[in-house]
Amino acid sequence: MRVRVDSEKCQGHNRCYSLAPELFDVDDYGDAHELNDGIVPPELEAKARLAIANCPEFAISIVDDA
Amino acid sequence: MTGHHPPVADWATDFDHADPVWAADPFPIWDEIRASECPVAHSTRYGGVWLPTSHEDVSAIAYDTDNFTSRSVVVTEGRPIAEAPQGIAPPISSDPPFHHGARRLLLPAFSPKAVDLLEPFTRAFCHELLDSVAGKPVVDGAVDYAQHIPVQVIAKMLGLPLEDGDLFRRFVHNILESVDAPLEQRFEYFIELDTYLTARVEEHLDTPKDDLITFLVNAEMDGEPLNPEHIGGTIVLLLVAGIDTTWSAIGASLFHLASNEADRQRLVAEPELLPMAIEEFLRAYAPVTMARLVKDDFEFNGCPMKKNEWVLLPFPSANRDPAFFEQADEVVIDREINRHSAFGLGIHRCVGSNLARMEMRVALEVWLERYSEFTLDDPSAVTWSGGQVRGPRRLPLRVS
Repeated sequence: MRVRVDSEKCQGHNRCYSLAPELFDVDDYGDAHELNDGIVPPELEAKARLAIANCPEFAISIVDDA
Repeated sequence: MTGHHPPVADWATDFDHADPVWAADPFPIWDEIRASECPVAHSTRYGGVWLPTSHEDVSAIAYDTDNFTSRSVVVTEGRPIAEAPQGIAPPISSDPPFHHGARRLLLPAFSPKAVDLLEPFTRAFCHELLDSVAGKPVVDGAVDYAQHIPVQVIAKMLGLPLEDGDLFRRFVHNILESVDAPLEQRFEYFIELDTYLTARVEEHLDTPKDDLITFLVNAEMDGEPLNPEHIGGTIVLLLVAGIDTTWSAIGASLFHLASNEADRQRLVAEPELLPMAIEEFLRAYAPVTMARLVKDDFEFNGCPMKKNEWVLLPFPSANRDPAFFEQADEVVIDREINRHSAFGLGIHRCVGSNLARMEMRVALEVWLERYSEFTLDDPSAVTWSGGQVRGPRRLPLRVS
């Protein structure tokens, strides 16, 4: 699985960073970005889905669900 | 309640967010409007106000900075003197493109990592508050506890005297809750606040400190120092917006846990659930209703909106929309999918959201550590604030 944060949509709610800090980080301005090119190891897929389901701005998407 | 207006005759056509009925329980009002053929209600009060109630409509307006201006976000009888794009209290009152730079100045001080540094101070203060009421059988979760926490933290961040808490709470009450007061009276409220803050800014100019007021007086935007109205407006924003909002969210969480034994027992047994439960309290009891002004005559979903009419943005109503949330009217403390908008949506997302979440978590952790069992001492004694920030203002809790 690979995920991506749309920086145009992200408004810095920081929900992804709080729910899955292994997969997302935020800068000083609260803008989130995916870590490790967005690659989600199998054991963190549930966390990735949780982060996606809690983003109020619908800013995170799965770019590759393989 | 100030009660300057006549009682509401019909909620679909004459609503008033300062009415005591709205303050006591606004949810049936929003549910009825949202389920009706006209989910965007209109009232002629305040010179014209619109009230979208669905998540779809509230978010559409929050995202539409072309047709709606933020130059004032508190619905009152008057219209703001401050001009767009700066507005009266930047950046909440600012429109693009000015908004972006004014907001970026503030964001680093409220980042998750900056906020973490304030946690020990907050925790110690919460313990201090409960030490001072130790042994009492009834503690007021709002008066003795919640109302003090955000005041102390924001005063420390801004560099304002920590002992001026009562004064700050009066400023907040005057500005955000007495929204139906006559304009002359509201003007006096602003003068009082402005006089106080001008004196504090002058002290900081004479004696710089490591705090947000010093930061703002030295800050630059596009290579220029901030104008005095920008500095003053931002200090007002940080002081006013950070206080009764978080106080309301902490109080509403305690209200819920006092009235729901099963949820309280579960959180005591599974404290790791707390962050998730906090998101659910934020969804179900979102304190803040924002507002916009219509820029020019404009039709929104068939509603003929006129220039300078208000639009309330009831995020707490969006958060109860059954078209967007399953079991929208139930509090599910382990809700997995929770895209709530308690902190707004779009470019005006609450700049203090990380701080508010930290204060809520610490306040609830400390409370539950001290009191694993508590109930409403007298449900009829609980009172809620009116206007655009809703939360318990009296919350007597029986703790033993």
